[in-house]
Amino acid sequence: MKLAPVAQRLGGNRFILDEEEPHIVVNQELAKSTGTAERIIAACPAQVYSLGADGNVAVEYAACLECGTCFELADPGALSWHYPRGGFGVQFREG
Amino acid sequence: MAEEPDFDVIVIGAGVAGTVAAYQLASKGHSVVLIERGEAPGSKNLSGGILYTHSIKTVFPDFLETAPYERKIDKNRIVFTNPGSWVGVDYQDARLAQLGSAVSVLRAKLDAWLAEQAEGAGAMVMPGVRVDSLIKEGEQITGVVAGEDELRARVVIAADGVNSFIARDAGLRTKPRHEQQAVGVKAVIKLDPAVIEDRFNVDSEHGVAYALVGDCSLGVGGGGFLYTNKDTLSVGLVLRLDDLEKKKLRTVDIFDHYLEYPLVDSLVKGGELVEYGCHLVNEGGEAMMGQLVFPGLVIVGDAAGLTLNTGLTVRGMDLAIGSAIAASSAVSAALEKGDTSAAGLSGYTANLASSFVGQDMHTYNKAPAFLESAVGMYGDYGQLLADVLHGAFSLDGTPRQHMSKVARQALKKSPVKLMQLAKDGLKGLKAL
Repeated sequence: MKLAPVAQRLGGNRFILDEEEPHIVVNQELAKSTGTAERIIAACPAQVYSLGADGNVAVEYAACLECGTCFELADPGALSWHYPRGGFGVQFREG
Repeated sequence: MAEEPDFDVIVIGAGVAGTVAAYQLASKGHSVVLIERGEAPGSKNLSGGILYTHSIKTVFPDFLETAPYERKIDKNRIVFTNPGSWVGVDYQDARLAQLGSAVSVLRAKLDAWLAEQAEGAGAMVMPGVRVDSLIKEGEQITGVVAGEDELRARVVIAADGVNSFIARDAGLRTKPRHEQQAVGVKAVIKLDPAVIEDRFNVDSEHGVAYALVGDCSLGVGGGGFLYTNKDTLSVGLVLRLDDLEKKKLRTVDIFDHYLEYPLVDSLVKGGELVEYGCHLVNEGGEAMMGQLVFPGLVIVGDAAGLTLNTGLTVRGMDLAIGSAIAASSAVSAALEKGDTSAAGLSGYTANLASSFVGQDMHTYNKAPAFLESAVGMYGDYGQLLADVLHGAFSLDGTPRQHMSKVARQALKKSPVKLMQLAKDGLKGLKAL
């Protein structure tokens, strides 16, 4: 089965977006110098991370599925990642 | 204690471990609050998911009659996948069907039900609240902080899942190594139950579990799964983080390759994606468990590293439930004695070690190293199997040869060395 691109794939999921408080912040300098940027761009199943035109890591935190893979692969200090505030983020209906 | 606690027990996380611990403790008359960061219990939870029901049935003897599971799994198919060929083992057993030992589950449904049972037993369920940190008074953990609120309890149970932030942020657990973790990606694909029953040759109550290894993950350590639910399929892939990083492949590309792999494609075709999710998986086995009892705190389930990949079975939920049973009886005893220090709670460590959880974690303690080192499993061995079978089945008029010669020739062509194969075979038999 050929699945739609990830952005469309996520369309079936239920998300409650926390517009006030992003739960992911990239330290651009450290992410680039440590290789964290490439690792998290490649590994994220939701394609939250992409390389922006300015060479920085762009973060689409609203699409995060909250697995924590990026956080595991990031070098210390390169990525601030925690769960969204209570009641926000992905809400699985199947799981 | 400086302040009178609000509850006897705070349970962080309404997964299978947290809900079962809350149910058990509330049933014994303790005051329990179950805090869940999702908008409802189950909404942050994701598994493959096969639940081996032996442990949950000790808590809910009528689980198979009352709980919202999907299908009883009595057919297991294990498949080595290569480009252009696959070789599988198809194991079906009436004894398994009767035992009802394995069921497929969808966690948003199962965990919501488990949380209802906890609530019915008297636990207070508090969804939509994220616990940010623990409160410590001296050495003793006495509660939790959630936003601007503080809640205090005699015991805190960290059932907060695989990332184990509660214990890690408090400096009680360290970050695992990359080879000790894998990322699981899963699509839930809707399919008419009649199509499922026809395609998988099952009746309306039973189902199939596939485990796939090899080319389906583009050779990355880990493998694929496909489980039948009532009217959906759970189709997923688990990729070890160290190997994913080393091979410089993109998770999404591997997942797309997996769903397009001919065998998988033939099983999911005509279906419609209803949910796409992912979750980290502990792969480190017993070595990941570490210390699970602290003054006023115990750690259970995924947060305690309790997952077992034995090659054939992949287990997490039954262990999580086992740990919740072990922890809740120790916590209850500690509360009754009025001693919730580390010594007072140490019954958990003892209960766990003597239970099936501690014993199975120990039995399979060499499995992670084996699954990491036996790289042939993720490619060459499957091809070797296919080449041997090809030698037997590819009748084209040329004179046939005995299997021993066919096997020798296949081995000669393969990058696999006989010595390596023998070593992995012996190691595998001991480790798995």
